[in-house]
Amino acid sequence: MEISIYSLIASVFVGGVAGYLGSLMITKKMTLVGDALGHVALPGMGLALYFGFNVSLGALLFLLLGILMIWYLETKTNLPTETLVGIIFVLSLSIGFLITPDLELLEALVGDIAKISVLDFWITVFTSLIVLYGVRKIYPKLMLSFVSPDIASANGISVKKYNLLYLLSIAVIVALGVKVVGSLLVGALVIVPAAAAKNLSNNMRQYVFLSVIIGMFSCVVGIIIANQIVLPTGPIVILTSVFFFVFSLIFSVDK
Amino acid sequence: MIMENILEVKGLNVAFREDRVIRDLNFNLKEKENLVIVGPNGAGKSVLLRALLNTVPHKGDVIWRKGIKIGYVPQRFLPDRDLPLSVEEFFDFKKLSIDKVHQALCSVGLHGPSILKKKIGVISSGQLQRIMIAWVMIDDPDVLLFDEPTAGIDIEGEETVYNLLAKLEKEKDLTMILITHDLNVVYKFADSVLCLNKKLVCYGTPQEALNPESLNELYGGDVKVYKHAHKHGN
Repeated sequence: MEISIYSLIASVFVGGVAGYLGSLMITKKMTLVGDALGHVALPGMGLALYFGFNVSLGALLFLLLGILMIWYLETKTNLPTETLVGIIFVLSLSIGFLITPDLELLEALVGDIAKISVLDFWITVFTSLIVLYGVRKIYPKLMLSFVSPDIASANGISVKKYNLLYLLSIAVIVALGVKVVGSLLVGALVIVPAAAAKNLSNNMRQYVFLSVIIGMFSCVVGIIIANQIVLPTGPIVILTSVFFFVFSLIFSVDK
Repeated sequence: MIMENILEVKGLNVAFREDRVIRDLNFNLKEKENLVIVGPNGAGKSVLLRALLNTVPHKGDVIWRKGIKIGYVPQRFLPDRDLPLSVEEFFDFKKLSIDKVHQALCSVGLHGPSILKKKIGVISSGQLQRIMIAWVMIDDPDVLLFDEPTAGIDIEGEETVYNLLAKLEKEKDLTMILITHDLNVVYKFADSVLCLNKKLVCYGTPQEALNPESLNELYGGDVKVYKHAHKHGN
């Protein structure tokens, strides 16, 4: 089977930006949130597949809903975020399983980038670039808020506002990522490259650069391998990124 | 009209759910005054600083004089020692020229460019504290809020940090609020002392505020045990 150049390029953009956002997620120690958001996307994808509209759009709608719910409950109750995220995570997964048509369930769960249309390709590339541009502008403030909320708020940064902005950009990239690796594994696309990069970095510049590069390479190498051995792309992409992670443990700068 | 005091705190209350962490606190801070806050663990000292910074929800009035710049050195600020952030990049958050950064590091006794390239998690806790002070002082604050770490600073490091703060205070005409566990710091350093154990236990100059009764009320059993042992030991 031939791989379309469109799917490769689209995945490079999504993988790179996912890695970029991952560098912040690892710093904030909220990797469970990344994982959970992938699952929150599933009911939206199910509806999109059922009614025949774009899965990323369906995913995005539910992601926004999920994020607003978590954010709202976090400010209105004193429950820990982990608990709230955990509950919304299983709620979405259950609903997702029930409403996604049987035939498309596997695709929704593990992704199928080969199916990308030309229009989807352009949407994916442009949206990734917009997220990259937007996050780049506020990256120092986001990073400071995540490194030390105390110092950030003492310096007049509204930690809550930046949290929300960050979650919204995660939502967009997850909505794009579900096409590449599916809703079950999209969290890993954000987390694993940055986790690997962190082990190999002595400073922020290296960390961000490697997160992006490992995210991109995981996608390209994974898609090519999956195509060679005729297996679903999503799991192979993530296995590739985990391979980079294991490699990073061996050469870790913190040993 | 310019306020006489740089800070006025009236009827300050902080509660997390049912837990009243600070109750009905009143105090003032004059320009160039050194206020030292003492109290046992969990007495609400760090929370008080956050309330002064308006970063925790609270009731009552915290009124700063208009246009006052506040610098804040929190107790702990690095969540993760593996964080790939160099000292230089930490200063980059402030978007300043490298000369200013060098100057700020010199003023806290850290010389040479080698420290800038180091990962912030691998430097010693004493150095980290100096870096944090430099990071805060770079903005030329009028008031410095300094929350002493509970542990992890070697004795020597601790001593020099207070020498450093005393030096900065003279050079920059700083007003300071310090949290400490060390009563010696109070006697050496404080114009006034505020003893906090959820509510105000004592407040005034060290000589008038700190006496056996107030210390006993503040630290409870600890002081009694100490005195007891002392008496029988000799």
